[in-house]
Amino acid sequence: MSERQHVDEPIVTLDCRRQACPRPIIELGRHLGDVEVGEVIAVAADDVAAHHDVPAWARMRGQEFVGEAEADDGVPVYRIRRLS
Amino acid sequence: MTDSFTYLDAASAEPLHPAAREVLLAAADQGYADPRRLHRPARNAGLLLANAREVVAQALGVRRDEVLFTSSGTAAVQAGLLGLGSRGIAHTAVEHQAVIDAARWSQRSPVTELAVDREARVEVAAVAEAVGEAVGEAVGEGDVDVVAVQQANHEVGTLQPLEEVASAAGPAALFVDACASMGRLPLPGVGDVVAGSARKWGGPGGVGVLVVRRSARWRWPFPGEEWSRTDQGFTNIPGALAAAAALQAVVAEREEINARQHELVALVRERVAAEIPDVDVAGPAEGRLPHLVTFSALYVDGEALVTALDRLGAGVASGSACTSDTREPSRVLAAMGALTHGNVRLSLTRDTTREDVERVLDALPGIVKDLRAEAGL
Repeated sequence: MSERQHVDEPIVTLDCRRQACPRPIIELGRHLGDVEVGEVIAVAADDVAAHHDVPAWARMRGQEFVGEAEADDGVPVYRIRRLS
Repeated sequence: MTDSFTYLDAASAEPLHPAAREVLLAAADQGYADPRRLHRPARNAGLLLANAREVVAQALGVRRDEVLFTSSGTAAVQAGLLGLGSRGIAHTAVEHQAVIDAARWSQRSPVTELAVDREARVEVAAVAEAVGEAVGEAVGEGDVDVVAVQQANHEVGTLQPLEEVASAAGPAALFVDACASMGRLPLPGVGDVVAGSARKWGGPGGVGVLVVRRSARWRWPFPGEEWSRTDQGFTNIPGALAAAAALQAVVAEREEINARQHELVALVRERVAAEIPDVDVAGPAEGRLPHLVTFSALYVDGEALVTALDRLGAGVASGSACTSDTREPSRVLAAMGALTHGNVRLSLTRDTTREDVERVLDALPGIVKDLRAEAGL
């Protein structure tokens, strides 16, 4: 699959299924450095709090929340563009 | 505080006001009888109840016959909201769960959620939009005929623009949940029905107040027609009298206490933001309840934070999912776009001192740092 040419496609997707908040956000914090500035990192998380806390994290950390998609198994995948 | 535990959860329940304690004990001996009977103990009980109603009416600046006692704040909310209107209900996204539960239970249609801004303030345009559809249609056929907006938010303290809401609501009835604010703030000048909870102002638990304005088109929504404009069932007379005494005292001292609490909360907001990295202080700095403040620390588990503070000897509440029965995050924090994990709500009692607050503030940065280190950050 060569969908990475699309600017919003994640370079890295973290699998945080079945992890309770704040674990998915902690993983985002730990792995943001895995992508370059301008690239997108994603986190797959079924915890309901992630729906609110990923955008809040992006706001607090000065990153860009790109949006929410759905993985094949129906789990939400949240995408963030690294800005700094 | 007289003991070594610092209780900072007054927004859940304020400790019994000293003015209420004596009254409660005296009234427990005198106010046992059924005031509807025709004997002397009944007359005594009836006098105590009339006295309680008079004191509450005076403290709130309403008429005696506008005050009903209920068996809790939740019961006041349920009777108050469900007794208004007959079609749809619009409520803010940050109402107390009791309001949302009552609206859902009503099976009215539609039940609409009114959006709020980043500080939990309801968008007045959303109120106009919700009731606007009703105005556009034939009389009596509209959608929303009840609007429910709290006076102040119970989790983040935001005061709602009730005057503007009332104008925007037009002919729709306005229900105001004042459980978080009654006694601490003057009764709102608008609202057909206003609900309050005694334990939140230092009265005993299990006593609610429902203010039904004379002009309101309200009727008792549960079995028993006769309860409209009189208390339902057997009123907790000692409780009502103690609640009244506490309310009277709180109203008399609120100017001084609110100023002190407002300043202490400002100190919390300032020091938390300055001394803890990556913290989200929710709600407005001004235009808020004087005694409560909510903030969330990134990467921290709310339950762990509450437990660490309890170990330190400080009792606080949290809106994080891990601390709730439902495992759902606070809908208030979610609606305003605030961080929901690592959340703590501090709410001051009338005798919380600067030292109490500073002791917690001194410990917080270290607690958060340790919890983050445990999480691998």
